[in-house]
Amino acid sequence: MTTDRRTFTLDGHDIPFDEGQSVLDAALAAGLFIPFLCHKPGYEAHGSCRVCMVRVGGRWQASCTTPAAAGLEVESTVEDLVAMRREIVQFLFTEGNHFCPSCEASGNCTLQAVGYELGVTTPHYPPFSPTRPLDASHPEMLLDLNRCILCELCVRASANVDKKSVFALSGRGPTKHLVVSAESGRLADTSFSADDAAAHVCPVGVFLPRGQGFRTPLGARKFDVEPLRVAALRRAGGT
Amino acid sequence: MPSPKLRVATTSLAGCFGCHMSLLDIDERLSSLVELVEFDASPLTDLKTPVACDVGLIEGGLCNAENVRTLLLFRRECKVLVAVGACAITGGLPAQRNALDVRDCLESVYLTGVGLEGGTIPRDRELPLLLEKVHPIHDVVNVDYSLPGCPPSADAFWAFFEDIAAGRAPRLGHGLIRYD
Repeated sequence: MTTDRRTFTLDGHDIPFDEGQSVLDAALAAGLFIPFLCHKPGYEAHGSCRVCMVRVGGRWQASCTTPAAAGLEVESTVEDLVAMRREIVQFLFTEGNHFCPSCEASGNCTLQAVGYELGVTTPHYPPFSPTRPLDASHPEMLLDLNRCILCELCVRASANVDKKSVFALSGRGPTKHLVVSAESGRLADTSFSADDAAAHVCPVGVFLPRGQGFRTPLGARKFDVEPLRVAALRRAGGT
Repeated sequence: MPSPKLRVATTSLAGCFGCHMSLLDIDERLSSLVELVEFDASPLTDLKTPVACDVGLIEGGLCNAENVRTLLLFRRECKVLVAVGACAITGGLPAQRNALDVRDCLESVYLTGVGLEGGTIPRDRELPLLLEKVHPIHDVVNVDYSLPGCPPSADAFWAFFEDIAAGRAPRLGHGLIRYD
């Protein structure tokens, strides 16, 4: 087979890419996995979680926002990068209130799945234990900000797909948090609906549909059936 | 000459003993386990005070002063200290009171809750003082390894014991790391 597609290398493997494709998307399409969290196929890359960091020509960059280019030499599965990814996941668990055993998103949670992938067994750092609100104002959906990891997937979905811009991040540093576009600050006073794309993109357990709970039994949940690596490569059409 | 057995101590702090039950779920492998280890202080032996142990398994987080004393004792007496289960590792279910004021909790449970009348908040020197917040054990001592899960599966326990008895750094393989 011959190909005239241009390539870059990832850990020494030749990766073909299409014009405009990111390093992450090209790697996944070629069947090589780079762990990621705030990225979702079909959504504009955001580069905020830093889990997909790689080293390109000696510089550390988020692979989801780095355009693939011919001749790039990218490192991913190397000890210091893997250790750093593990630490980022530990930071995220430390920063919020993530109690997996009682979380309805457990088993369907991408943060959890990334932790499994990276072999994270403990958050390691002293927990922040922040006090964060639960917005139960909306008739269809609970908003539990205890688990928010500030990935902005709901922000992107609401603005770009639903064309509603219901969500935004406010504040900086440790005070950064998710807000909704209502003077009252209540989800019920926005144009949000449970049918919105924004209601279904959360990688953790912030958006919880009301009137149901723990519908899928242990063993049948998303990442029980298929680890993140397998699911991501299958979706990307890799091998 | 057979190598000496590992001395293992276990305890449950602010936990539900579910992790200990899961340890017992290794079923017939228990007979292999007793070839590898000897239990020191543990709910399984009813001995209370660990002395010069190789491994200490800590279930549960820290919700009161007695939990802290027990943990410090285990850290002092155990060469390798292991945080076992979600509560030891994150504070777990008890830590969900961290957003609440302790006095409010006690008043709600003993004085003002529905159906309560003339109640008192228990105060007895036998009762350990509650901490303001529930803490994971790594807030207080250095932890060598963590076995996550609620509870960790029997297979995770077994993998841990196999590694540690063979002198390897314990490493949970595929499918053995769970947070729930």
